[in-house]
Amino acid sequence: MNKENLIQYIYSIADNSLILGQRMSELCGHGPSLETDIACTNMALDLLGQTRSYYQYVATLLGEGKTEDDVAYLRTEREYKNVLLVEQPNTHFGYVIARQFFYDTFHLLLLEKLQFSTDETLAAIAKKGIKEVSYHKRFSSDWIKRLGDGTAESHQKIQEAITDLWAYTGELFDMLPEDQEAVEAGIGVDVTTLKEKYQEQIKNVLDEATLSVPELQWFQRGGKQGIHSEHMGFLLADLQYMQRTYPNMKW
Amino acid sequence: MIDHTLITILEKVSDPEIPVLSIMDMGVVRSAQWKENKVEVSITPTYSGCPAMDVLAEDIKAAFNEKGIISEVKLVLAPAWTTDWITARGRKALEDYGIAAPLDAEADKEALLGNKKIIKCPQCGSTETKMISQFGSTACKALFQCETCQEPFDYFKCLK
Ligand SMILES: [Zn+2]
Repeated sequence: MNKENLIQYIYSIADNSLILGQRMSELCGHGPSLETDIACTNMALDLLGQTRSYYQYVATLLGEGKTEDDVAYLRTEREYKNVLLVEQPNTHFGYVIARQFFYDTFHLLLLEKLQFSTDETLAAIAKKGIKEVSYHKRFSSDWIKRLGDGTAESHQKIQEAITDLWAYTGELFDMLPEDQEAVEAGIGVDVTTLKEKYQEQIKNVLDEATLSVPELQWFQRGGKQGIHSEHMGFLLADLQYMQRTYPNMKW
Repeated sequence: MIDHTLITILEKVSDPEIPVLSIMDMGVVRSAQWKENKVEVSITPTYSGCPAMDVLAEDIKAAFNEKGIISEVKLVLAPAWTTDWITARGRKALEDYGIAAPLDAEADKEALLGNKKIIKCPQCGSTETKMISQFGSTACKALFQCETCQEPFDYFKCLK
C-alpha cells in the first residue's frame, strides 16, 4: 500500500491512544481517590507509550528528519483521525469509566487482530499493547460493575454516562478507503468483523452491572474523517501549547 | 547475543526506578555486540510508556563511556518483554527491596482477581494480603496491603 495511506491508517489507530491518554492524564492529581488517580495516570502512560511507538514509526516513514514530536504536536485539528469517543470530556468519574470501558473493549479486540499484521512494526506494537490493554479493560469493567451495582446515585450516574457515550461507539466500526486498502494488503484489521463480539462483551458486563444497553438507531461520527467535536480544539490547545508558543523548544 | 566481555559493565547499570535491580537481572538487554570499534546494545521496554527507558539508554552509554567505549543503544519491541526474563537473582533483589516478585500467569490472575491469597508480604512473609489497586507506584506494579503486619507493598505484576 502507498506510504501516505499507510500513515493515515496508523493515525487512525495511534491518535485514539494519544487523545484518550491525554484525557486520562488530565486526572493526574484530580482523581476521585489516590488509587484511581494512580490507575488512570498509569493507563495514560501506557497509552502514551503505545502512541510513541506508532509515531516513531510514522516519523521514519515521513523521513526528512521528522520526529515523533512533529507528529504529536504540529498537526492541525483536521489532521487527527481519532474517533469522537476518546475526545469526550471527563464530565464526571462515570464518564471517565464509561469512555474507557467502551474504548478498552474495542482496543483489545483490535490489537488481538493487529498482532497478526504483515507489517512487522505494527504487529510488535500490538503484541506489546495487548498485555497493557488487558489490564485497562479489567480496571474499567470492574468499575462499571462497581458503580452500576453500587448505590442508587452511582447507578444513575454511570447509566447517564453509558447512555450519552454509546452514541459515539458506532464510529469505531466505520471503514475508510485507506482502512480497506490496509485490510487488503494484510496490514490492517477489518473492524466490521469485531462489531458483534464487541456488542456481546459490552452487554455481558452491563448486564452484570445491572445497567442497560441504550437502544439507538443513529450514531455520532466524523472523528475518523478529521471532523471533531467542539472539545477537540480545547484539548489540542492544552496538548500543543508549548510547541506552538516556543517552536522547537526542548524539555 | 550478549558478548560476555561486556556483561560486567552492563551489570553495573540498574533500573532507575528499582536501583537494586541490574538491567541484566531485569532481562531487558536483548543483545550487546562489538560492531567494529563501538558497542551496539539492544534493549526492550518493560511497558510501552515506561519513562525509565530513556534514562536507561543514557545510563548504558555513560557506563561504557566511563571505560572509554563508544556505544549505541537501540530499542527493540519484538519479542515483547515478559516477567519470565527476570533472573532468580533479580527476583531475590526485588523481594529484599520490599517488592513482591511476579507469580506465574495463572496464579497472578487469581491473585489480582482476589480469588486467592497467595501473594507474600515482603516484610513479614504472611500471605494474608489483599489488593488495594491493580495499579501501583509504576505501571509494572500493583498495590497490596498485608493484613498481618498492616504494611502496604508493591507487587510486580506478571507480564506474559
Ligand atoms: Zn506483612
